[in-house]
Amino acid sequence: MKEIALEAHNLTVSYHRKPVLWNIDFKIPAGEIIGIMGPNGAGKSTLLKSIMGLVPASSGYVRIFNQNLKTQRKKIAYVPQRQSVDWDFPARVIDVVKMGRYTHTGLFRRFKPMDYEKAKSALEKVGMLAFAERQIAQLSGGQQQRVFLARALAQEAELYILDEPFAGVDAATEEALIKIIRDLKSQGKTMVVVHHDLQTCREYFSHLVFINARLVASGPTQEVFTEKNLASTYGGKLTLLSKMAELVAEKEFPVREKGSSEFKKSS
Amino acid sequence: MIDLEIILTAVFIAWACALVGSFLVTREMAMVGDAIAHAVLPGIVLAYLISGGRDSLWMLTGACLAGVFVTLCIEWVQKKARVQSDAAIGISYTFLFAIGVILVSKYGQTVDLDQDCVLYGEIAYVPLDRWMLGGLDMGPRQTWIGLGLFTGLSVLIFRGFRALTLTSFDPSYAATLGISVAVWHYALMGAVSLTTVVSFESVGAILVVALVVIPPATAYLFAKTIKNMILLALGFSTTMVVSGYYVSAWLDVSISGSMATTGLVQFLLVMGLKPLLIQSEKIPSHGLKSKG
Ligand SMILES: Nc1ncnc2c1ncn2[C@@H]1O[C@H](COP(=O)(O)OP(=O)(O)O)[C@@H](O)[C@H]1O
Ligand SMILES: [Mg+2]
Repeated sequence: MKEIALEAHNLTVSYHRKPVLWNIDFKIPAGEIIGIMGPNGAGKSTLLKSIMGLVPASSGYVRIFNQNLKTQRKKIAYVPQRQSVDWDFPARVIDVVKMGRYTHTGLFRRFKPMDYEKAKSALEKVGMLAFAERQIAQLSGGQQQRVFLARALAQEAELYILDEPFAGVDAATEEALIKIIRDLKSQGKTMVVVHHDLQTCREYFSHLVFINARLVASGPTQEVFTEKNLASTYGGKLTLLSKMAELVAEKEFPVREKGSSEFKKSS
Repeated sequence: MIDLEIILTAVFIAWACALVGSFLVTREMAMVGDAIAHAVLPGIVLAYLISGGRDSLWMLTGACLAGVFVTLCIEWVQKKARVQSDAAIGISYTFLFAIGVILVSKYGQTVDLDQDCVLYGEIAYVPLDRWMLGGLDMGPRQTWIGLGLFTGLSVLIFRGFRALTLTSFDPSYAATLGISVAVWHYALMGAVSLTTVVSFESVGAILVVALVVIPPATAYLFAKTIKNMILLALGFSTTMVVSGYYVSAWLDVSISGSMATTGLVQFLLVMGLKPLLIQSEKIPSHGLKSKG
């Protein structure tokens, strides 16, 4: 049995006493790329916030590498939705990435040369080193997303939790981001990614968690990417349903699917 | 000499205000400074009534508690009534201020406090209140208090720089690193309350608000980093009070009023010059909050 990186046990989360997540229960294996899927308002962001201790659970609990969050903070890095901050804030790109080193330096200790190096190498990994001195107000959406990812990389965590990193970025950025995510996976890191594009989810993720206020399914992509699960996650939206049927049909021809995704990569 | 004493006092207080104001402005909380400036009134009066005199320590404590209390009220109203933050601010501080006014009108005779002194403190009187040390005249008391305040706040901002910056920019992320966002929030609110009440006697509530908001907002137009913004705000606050002082002497009008006005003129000038500077690509191109 593989090590469990993240476990939610009967997790219920409420805003103003109104539950938005009910009895969520799943386990996520370490060293994989896991997709969290669900329609708008399904509670995906809330789930991540609850995992990170930002919103309290009404009941149930979360374990990270079989421990409490408090003892595991250094092992877990969170990449919030990019719209969650004010990008007009007076800061340079490098200032934001350096924040990721605070898990190691604390709030008061001076930065060592190594901390600067790590912040810079994180920027280099996301292809933003040339922008280090740039004002964050001048970045495009895709660049903002890269900077957020770089900040998490600077934390050198084991488990990364990304909220819609591909939302509103161009295709080139999406490709660059997924490549970084795969690189991290190959270094043994666990990558949990909130995603909403059904077209790409099988290509990106080895495991899926479907939620819509409740847990619909979780497990290896091949087992849980079924018409039934898609229908109960996304409800009866007609256009979507027909699209799903198409997607599931595609799945019956793995050879074609594989070929097309390889074609995509080499092009 | 009198000029110098007044100017120095104003400059120290302006610097103190610029330090806390820079964080308020980047947190889009400038009006919270205004709220605190008004809400400390009941705190001062209650402290006066409890301690039975104008004991500074009591007054400071009362004011700081009232200042933090109003920020709690704002959050409570916002959460419970689910109204916009500006409405919550308006409701909370007018309520506390009204209580203060009632207290003053009820006990104003027995306590030696009046609205004018609390609201419009007169900086021209600063040189009258001397600090005597063993028979030696050390200069105006307010000048030293202003210097002390600025020094204290500098230490807080210097030590808390990372925490204050990170919790301003991305409080959720800060919390995931295990940083207590609430502690730093209330430390800042306490500092704003302290600044406000200490500055009251010398410059009055209205100028305090101008000093907290205008120089940091002017700096924000240019600043590339928070550090940058604080240094620029210190500079702008210096030019604001010095030029304001001379304008008031020249036109023979209220010193506080002139300072607030020169601050605004300076802001407009900087705003007007900005497009020219952007063309030379030296400065960032963000605007003040509002476009979101
Ligand atoms: N701070 C909040 N206060 C109240 N309700 C919220 C808050 N944040 C989210 N919600 C509600 O919780 C539900 C789940 O939201 P969210 O987790 O953001 O969904 P998702 O990320 O899947 O789109 C939505 O109905 C949303 O309106
Ligand atoms: Mg979301």
